[in-house]
Amino acid sequence: MIPSPFDYVRVGSVDEALSALAEHGEDAKLLAGGHSLLPLMKLRLAVPTVLIDISGIPELSYVRVEGDGADAVVAIGAGTRHHELERDEVARAEVPLLPHVAGLVGDPQVRHRGTIGGTTAHSDPASDLPTALLALGGTVVLQGPGGRREVPVTEFWTGFFETAMSPDELVVELRVPRTGSLGWGYEKFTRRANDWPIVAAAAVDGRVALANMGGAVLRATATEEALAAGASIADAAALADQGTSPVADMHADADYRRHLARLLTRRALESAAAPR
Amino acid sequence: MQVTITVNGEQHTDDVEPRLLLAHYLREERGLKATNIGCDTTSCGACTVIVDGLSVKSCTVLAVQAAGAQVTTLEGLAAADGELHPVQAAFREEHGLQCGFCTPGMVMASIGLLADNPDPSDREVREGLEGNLCRCTGYHNIVRAVRTAAQAGPAAGRVPGAQEVEA
Repeated sequence: MIPSPFDYVRVGSVDEALSALAEHGEDAKLLAGGHSLLPLMKLRLAVPTVLIDISGIPELSYVRVEGDGADAVVAIGAGTRHHELERDEVARAEVPLLPHVAGLVGDPQVRHRGTIGGTTAHSDPASDLPTALLALGGTVVLQGPGGRREVPVTEFWTGFFETAMSPDELVVELRVPRTGSLGWGYEKFTRRANDWPIVAAAAVDGRVALANMGGAVLRATATEEALAAGASIADAAALADQGTSPVADMHADADYRRHLARLLTRRALESAAAPR
Repeated sequence: MQVTITVNGEQHTDDVEPRLLLAHYLREERGLKATNIGCDTTSCGACTVIVDGLSVKSCTVLAVQAAGAQVTTLEGLAAADGELHPVQAAFREEHGLQCGFCTPGMVMASIGLLADNPDPSDREVREGLEGNLCRCTGYHNIVRAVRTAAQAGPAAGRVPGAQEVEA
């Protein structure tokens, strides 16, 4: 399978990327790891006429703690690849859910290419890292012609392949609250080892996010409210599919996905509550 | 557009279409046919090669993305005198193949795995090769081959001709 023709531009900085986006307009797409975009282009489901390759921008690859105490956040450069995040010692100490989940994306070859900014911008409802980010809270930092802005993760993923970004912006950073020694859980259900989750659930600090239970990754708000009101894990998890709209496809029908959402939420919450 | 790519230690400059996939570049432009294209959808791993020290599926990388990079294919593993790379030798020793179609990708992914984890357990080998499918289901001998290769020490995870890159 061969994509339709396009022009290719490699940029070396965020400023160059923004200029290229401004120059080429809505027909341009940013290329990072390319492991979501290129398959879509090979199927001709995406037909950008210009690809702007941002994978070589050194300033976008980092994991660091910013600020002190309760206000400290872990800042992750958008160009950080999954295999880098998986092994990053700062991430493992400060926000261990994230490197754990990074290590569950696809397979090693995919993790060598894919980036956290790419999966964030792509907004596939079945993607692992956005599910973890949504459970963690925090913000997505965007940069555009008007400068930088931060969008809370709860407002970022708006639908199937849709986000709060405008076409002239790029994701430059993810900002995630430190969780340190707080418990966390991630439960991913697949048929084959390197598949996308049929459903996945992330739990940390009383928050629960679900993959593949609607057009975008979403929070299990009924479960969170029940937990906040003092419900048991089992009772709260039984509400996990409330307000969701899972699709039926070749892997699972909607009722089965609802079952998985409740089950995986319970397991993720139990894992978060278990002593480590 | 013009790209310069180092393949198996040799630098090549070619005029390629941006949409040319690395897998097609290796097979058609370089004539290196060990890199098989199986599923063409980033699932099966038959097209796995090493780019700058890391295993990748070359059906999901553009040749232009590899401009300036060091690419190693199965053809680049054996020494000039024909001595096999430790992973190749172990696949032969343990008969880590049936039909052989997945083998080049399995060998390249195994080198990537051993570069990262020089002494993997059976489970770690199975998880490390989760991106490579053997439709003959000959996994037992493949796992055995990787563990045999690990006994050769760091040489098993070394990518010939490429500069050392932190895995």
